[in-house]
Amino acid sequence: MAFQLPRRGLAQILALIVILLIDRMVSSQFFDLRLQDGRLFGSLIDVFNRGAPVALLALGMVLVIATRGIDLSVGAVMAISGAIAASLADSHAWPVAVAVALGAGLLCGLWNGFLVAVLGIQPIVATLILMVAGRGVAQLITEGRIVTFTSPDLAWFGTGSALGIPAPVLIVAGTLLVTGLVVRGSALGLLIEAAGGNARASELSGVGIRLMIVAVYVWCSLCAALAGVIAAADIMGADANNAGLWLELDAILAVVIGGTSLFGGRFSLILAVCGALIIQAMNTGILLSGYPPEFNLVVKAAVVLVVLLLQSPRLSGLVANFRKARA
Amino acid sequence: MQQAVEGRQPLLEVRGLSKSFGILRALDQVDFTLHAGEIHALLGENGAGKSTLIKVITGVLSRDAGTIRLDGGEIEPRSVKEALAEGIATVYQEVNLLPNLSVAQNLYLGRQPTRFGIVRDGEMQRRATALLAGYDLHIDVGAQLGHYSVAIQHVVAIARAVDLSARVLILDEPTASLDRHEVDMLFRTMRALAARGIGILFVTHFLDQVYDISDRITVLRNGRLIGERMTASLPRLELIQMMLGRELSETTGERVAHDRSASTPCATFTNYGKRGSIAPFDLDLRHGEVVGLAGLLGSGRTETARLVFGADRADSGKAAVEGKPVRLHSPRDAVRHGFGYCPEERKTDGIIAELTVRENIVLALQAKRGITRPLSRREQDEIAARFVKLLDIRPPDPERPIGLLSGGNQQKVLLARWLATEPRLLVLDEPTRGIDVGAHAEIIRLIRELCDRGLALLVISSELDEIVAYSDRVVVLRDRAHVGTLQDDGIDVSSILAAIAADGSVPAAAEA
Repeated sequence: MAFQLPRRGLAQILALIVILLIDRMVSSQFFDLRLQDGRLFGSLIDVFNRGAPVALLALGMVLVIATRGIDLSVGAVMAISGAIAASLADSHAWPVAVAVALGAGLLCGLWNGFLVAVLGIQPIVATLILMVAGRGVAQLITEGRIVTFTSPDLAWFGTGSALGIPAPVLIVAGTLLVTGLVVRGSALGLLIEAAGGNARASELSGVGIRLMIVAVYVWCSLCAALAGVIAAADIMGADANNAGLWLELDAILAVVIGGTSLFGGRFSLILAVCGALIIQAMNTGILLSGYPPEFNLVVKAAVVLVVLLLQSPRLSGLVANFRKARA
Repeated sequence: MQQAVEGRQPLLEVRGLSKSFGILRALDQVDFTLHAGEIHALLGENGAGKSTLIKVITGVLSRDAGTIRLDGGEIEPRSVKEALAEGIATVYQEVNLLPNLSVAQNLYLGRQPTRFGIVRDGEMQRRATALLAGYDLHIDVGAQLGHYSVAIQHVVAIARAVDLSARVLILDEPTASLDRHEVDMLFRTMRALAARGIGILFVTHFLDQVYDISDRITVLRNGRLIGERMTASLPRLELIQMMLGRELSETTGERVAHDRSASTPCATFTNYGKRGSIAPFDLDLRHGEVVGLAGLLGSGRTETARLVFGADRADSGKAAVEGKPVRLHSPRDAVRHGFGYCPEERKTDGIIAELTVRENIVLALQAKRGITRPLSRREQDEIAARFVKLLDIRPPDPERPIGLLSGGNQQKVLLARWLATEPRLLVLDEPTRGIDVGAHAEIIRLIRELCDRGLALLVISSELDEIVAYSDRVVVLRDRAHVGTLQDDGIDVSSILAAIAADGSVPAAAEA
């Protein structure tokens, strides 16, 4: 049951298909695939490949948002883990570099979880701290420079492939699988939805909320750290200033497009990934169309607005009243 | 009755006031009369309509029918501001002032004395000092309001309200968070104001205070006026009967006798208490026995339940389950020891509206088993189907979000949530509140059945006839303390009322 597609996901999947079709109208080779050096290439593959970091962020973010929280620090965590991985890549074996980068993500998650669950700080403020400080930490690690590396092992995470499929896509699929198994294979999913829906009632039912909240922030930061490794591997270097910059907002947007309310409760992992793909499909389409990339931001904003309006209870109330008045 | 006694014209006269929220009649043809210079207590249990009445008088809510006259002239305030302009001021339990501003600034906020548009601080402070001196309050008016005690803040709020030319002063539970000394200070202020001809409407849950200060009492119940009496001529027992419903005394008797000798202790609480919440109590809950908690609103019933369930942490005493000492620091601890708790506030503390009936039912069991031992979907379906059938939950669709069910059915789902954990002790806080009559009887039947199966039950209810009907033992609470226990044949509505009303002289416990 881990990957049972909810009926309510139809809108998101249709939206993705529509945007892909629009992309096809913009660029006639959009769906063309070709195999080169044992790896698939093409605009469609690009959407999945480029969308991988945000999809990873969304996979962690969706759990945080389901508990009625939010994590603004994921972009900064990406910068930290990317900086660590790039700094260690040439001096250590790649498993060491990746493990230390993920370990840093784990610490970041524990910090966020501690602030939110133990100290009771509002999530938006608590994670804002690391959002600001984390980028500074990343710059300290790279000593303010752009650190580059040559290790092909680590570079595989960004540009490699297996069975013709790009490594980032495989990593996202794997993370989705693991997250799905952990969350839906255990009782965690139900308890997260319960705690997000009504924390007081859940606590009075004996749900241990505190540990669960720490766990989701840890998972979110781990996903972010993994995304940071991919981003660094992709360019074979770490730019602490720009790695993951503003991606927390894309991740939140992906989750919201995926139908998870910022008020917590019901969530869907697959639809969060779908949301990330929708965002990337828009990005790619605008790039292919030849419009300036700045245009992208305006389109994204318009999509956020539409999605939020569709979720707004007041708007649906107004629409209902309007229909009643006309009837 | 009283009109003949009072020759003068009433200050505030409410006649035939009605207000409905949807199908719920919050106020039904309510009359209320306040004379100048009197302190008038407005009493009633939860949902009696006190707040609605106050909100209509102060323009927060509109009314459906009825008139409000002030000094004989009809008024129709549409906002608190308009009510204030007419001379009706309200001071709420939570003081509505700005703790970060000075006392003087609070007193003159929005009407500071100015010269050429500049606030004259010195003048303001002089006036404020003089104003508060009139209340026998000599404090530094330049200091932040937040530095002072809640009682002083209340007096400042009252002074501000009265200075805004109020003739009617409404005090909504002003004493809830005050200690004895502070209450005295507030009462002195109230008496002084009444002596100046201001009419004071006073809402409280503390009956001692009602008898201390009020001249007259109006009792509401279920949105209806039950009666208006002079305090001096209304015995406490009769007042409580008015508040809780006097028809109760007629519907007693259908109790089922229990053989308590067979019951073994399930949970024992010794000297258990929490400062500021409930005085230490001894409570002994046995298998197959229903213990009822009776008392007025605010007497410490819910506080007792929350301590027993670990929702609040006790700061004194010991707890034991099946004879072994235990620690109850959180609901998780309590659930692990086989306790369950259906809270009074079903919507905010009970249901998870968005989740389905099935998910709501399995929640506590799943929490008890832990994250790593998930109930399979088949097990969940089986549990949900069993309880939907057993408790006759309607509509019988386990996949419907619980928020769409009626109150009674939501309550049944919450019962199912705990029954699924096979608890040894179930705490039910107002299990029949807001539930229609049919479901009401069913839930009482369920309580009895559960008890027959060996469950220990602790039940809170404001409905005394209900408590009488199912309890084997009734613990009576007053002023946040357990004050007596009634047992077996000693349980009837009048004994409970007597125990609630007792001010020390009446025997509190009637052992069988």
